[in-house]
Amino acid sequence: MSLNQTLPLLVLATSLLTGLAIFFLAEGQQRLRTSLNLGGALAKLALVGVMLRGVAQGQDYELRYPVLPGLDFVLRADALSMAFVTLSAVLWLLTTVYAIGYLEGSPHRSRFFGFFSLCVTATVGIALAGNLLSFFVFYEFLTLATYPLVVHRGTDKAMRAGNIYLAYTLGGGAALLVGVVWLHHLLGSVEFTHGGVLSRLPAASHGDLIVIFALMIAGLGVKAALVPLHGWLPAAMVAPAPVSALLHAVAVVKAGAFGIVRVVYDVYGVEFAADLGLLVPLAAVASITILYGSLRALGQDGLKRRLAFSTVSQVSYIVLGASMFGPVGTIGGLVHLVHQGIMKVTLFFCAGNLAETLGIHRVSEMAGVGRRMPWTMGAFTVAAFGMIGAPPMAGFISKWYLGLGALDADLPWILAVLVVSSLLNAAYFLPVLHVVWFRPQEAPWPTEPPASRLETHWTLLLPPMLTALLTLGLGLLAAVAFSPLEWAKLVTAREYQR
Amino acid sequence: MQAILALDMLPWLIALPLVFATASFLLGPRVARLIAPSGLALGLLAAGCLAWQVGIGGPRRQAIGGWDAPLGITLHADGLAALMLAMTAAVALPVGLYARSYFRHRPGGVDFWPMTWFLLASMNALYLSADVFNLYVTLEMLGLAAVGLVTIGGHAAALSAAMRYLLAAVAGSLLYLLGVALLYGAHATVDLALLAARLAPGPYAALAAALMTTGLIVKTALFPLHFWLPPAHGGATPPASALLSALVIKASFYLLLRLWVDLFGALDTVAAGQLLGALGAAAIVWGSVLALREKKLKMLIAYSTIAQTGYLFLVFALVAGDRAGVAASALAGGVYQALSHAAAKSAMFLAAGGMIASMGSDLIARLDGLSTRLPVSLFAFALASVSLIGLPPSGGFVAKWLLLDAALASGQWWWLVVMVAGGLLTAAYVFRVLRRAFLPAAHGGVFQPVPRTLEFSALALALVSLLLGLTATGPLALLAWHRA
Repeated sequence: MSLNQTLPLLVLATSLLTGLAIFFLAEGQQRLRTSLNLGGALAKLALVGVMLRGVAQGQDYELRYPVLPGLDFVLRADALSMAFVTLSAVLWLLTTVYAIGYLEGSPHRSRFFGFFSLCVTATVGIALAGNLLSFFVFYEFLTLATYPLVVHRGTDKAMRAGNIYLAYTLGGGAALLVGVVWLHHLLGSVEFTHGGVLSRLPAASHGDLIVIFALMIAGLGVKAALVPLHGWLPAAMVAPAPVSALLHAVAVVKAGAFGIVRVVYDVYGVEFAADLGLLVPLAAVASITILYGSLRALGQDGLKRRLAFSTVSQVSYIVLGASMFGPVGTIGGLVHLVHQGIMKVTLFFCAGNLAETLGIHRVSEMAGVGRRMPWTMGAFTVAAFGMIGAPPMAGFISKWYLGLGALDADLPWILAVLVVSSLLNAAYFLPVLHVVWFRPQEAPWPTEPPASRLETHWTLLLPPMLTALLTLGLGLLAAVAFSPLEWAKLVTAREYQR
Repeated sequence: MQAILALDMLPWLIALPLVFATASFLLGPRVARLIAPSGLALGLLAAGCLAWQVGIGGPRRQAIGGWDAPLGITLHADGLAALMLAMTAAVALPVGLYARSYFRHRPGGVDFWPMTWFLLASMNALYLSADVFNLYVTLEMLGLAAVGLVTIGGHAAALSAAMRYLLAAVAGSLLYLLGVALLYGAHATVDLALLAARLAPGPYAALAAALMTTGLIVKTALFPLHFWLPPAHGGATPPASALLSALVIKASFYLLLRLWVDLFGALDTVAAGQLLGALGAAAIVWGSVLALREKKLKMLIAYSTIAQTGYLFLVFALVAGDRAGVAASALAGGVYQALSHAAAKSAMFLAAGGMIASMGSDLIARLDGLSTRLPVSLFAFALASVSLIGLPPSGGFVAKWLLLDAALASGQWWWLVVMVAGGLLTAAYVFRVLRRAFLPAAHGGVFQPVPRTLEFSALALALVSLLLGLTATGPLALLAWHRA
């Protein structure tokens, strides 16, 4: 096996083996657990860096293993997978640091970090999957690895949320499985290929292909939280804050959106999907999801619930980008895949800091908290402006390209959706910011920790500060080499090169 | 290598367990306990060697004492038989190690070893037989040994369950024997190959096929003839339950598959195949519903066996089609379902045995706190569940994939719906157990520590069910060696 074949496997192994090893640690072996966690995360980041450079230079990283006669398990790193892998690797490191601080002293940490690492393994596997079968393997693995994290607290509410989560995701997995088997039956092995592979099938199978598309989008749409399949996401908010951060930024929701991008571009091919008339309905579903999520977010007093509905809305920008035929829209969707992750993880870190430090869970309790926790709320503000799409934040870049793409694809109504949605984003984020910065404290904080030099523990403060800086930096330096925008352009150039 | 290829494994696979059965019976439980691991390991070695031989050199055949059919008895092993033999040995070894530990401080060790060796001998003989009468004899022996295993433990409930099982098993064998008699009367031979050459469609052949099939589905516990299974499998001691659920019902399924593929191929079986498939679908749904409503852990697993057996019978609906590629895929899917269910279900029963021993209760409602007390057992249970649900990368997934593919290729999309719904139902009932185990311990009960053997033998079998999904090309290639 050459190095280029081993590298994708090693990238998986850094978190898989870490996770498995952590399961065997006793609760008290905190130092060893932390070293393993951080060592694994750093090793992954280094390997991903090597691969990122290689992919930019056109190297091939591919590993094949026969599962059934004529059916391979394939790991392959292409430009699109690297966008997702890099995002996962960076945010895994930060979320791990955050989680170590967040869960200090709470029970079952070995179990938690074990499944946490498995969850990242599944996400990276989804990114690196080179064909539909491999994708499905990791997609289902992700469902199972996330369940213990959702029910981690073991309360009745958490168990109920776990049931809802499983019912939705296993049901979605079943729909996806039928779609995958059906495609295999029509085509043999379905490898992800730039420009798609289905256009060579005879016209007689086009009816089948439309049904398969619907099945697969339904299966992927559960995790991507497309309306009306989004019900599990607000319920899953009972999980600890690092889990929510991971779920909303990289792992579950993003896996669904990434899958939709894969299916549209590398299975159907965006041109062929447009010819079949599949893109406009997808754009309609995405638009409805964007507006519905924002509308629901308006009415939520619970901070994490407000953020959850915001995720429902924001993730569909990626789907929207994928459903517009034209390179500019594609760039917008792909770049949002990265930007949304960084901004949303910041918001959840901050929400976790409020809950962990001051016991604040609701927007109505947040009056004047900006003075008590200026650094946390500063990060929150940067990310919130990013979500609204204000320049010079990263979110502005996403929306700019999406809007241009809508005009490019001759779909002016999508531009209207984007404008209305931005207004709604402002409507549910700006009041929060107003309450935080401009209103005096109204009541004592639910819990008040002993006085300390920093506003909260440094492991809780550092990750959101860094991601907030990234939110700003990725917007300001969008034209620098290896920025998400430049990378999205590279991916797009390869998708449209045919 | 030539030397290994030349070894004759076939008689040894029957003689070895018989020798150990006799020794265990004569020398008492202490010696039986002592020699069991080496015997089981030898058995696995022999079965593995045979599988390797068949994989390299094709089907093997041996006439005992040099007397060939139709006068003498010949032993015959093709890819399918070799796989079933390997499955039997691979499950028996961890179950045996478990039983050594389990019966150390419990009654039942006296009877368990002779009975288990006898069971293994009759199963191996069944897989190696090539005539319908010997198959009857081995089937009857197997039934008796299995009923004996249920009685171990000696509860009144177990005895009445064993009685029901005995009646069902004997009725099943009798129906099968009637069919054999009809065939012998018409064609004057019991050799499978000769019968296959002489069998012609007609009312006698159809009647014989119907009788033999009915007898065998009683023994395989297909809905609605499954009534005997839950109390027998749910009430026996954990190692016995594991052997019964994982292996014994697979033997009658194997025989049914063998007859349908090798013998009844000449008959028009499309309608009968659809009927068996429909019963299988009903079994999937009904078994799952019963499992969803069950309060006791081992009974839940027993009901799950009924549901999982249902998948096996979908094969007959898919195989009966006319397209050759479809039949091969369906057959492979069915056999793979049998193999992965054997590993997963035995892992589940063993894990459940450890949990029950630790919690002192068979109630699912009492499993809270288990994830911290018995993480290895729970992990084994969860891993086995993944295979039963049919999620990748387990053996259950490969089986489901092949069956789904066959259903699509033969244009019978309704089985697709059944299989997908069955997977979701399975998830619903196994997560009843798993979610309970994740709860913090609420009741005041005392956790007994459990020997590590109990936990790790379950884990070993669960890992086998996973490994089957990662190494499917090997067994499937072996399956292509079909007896001529």
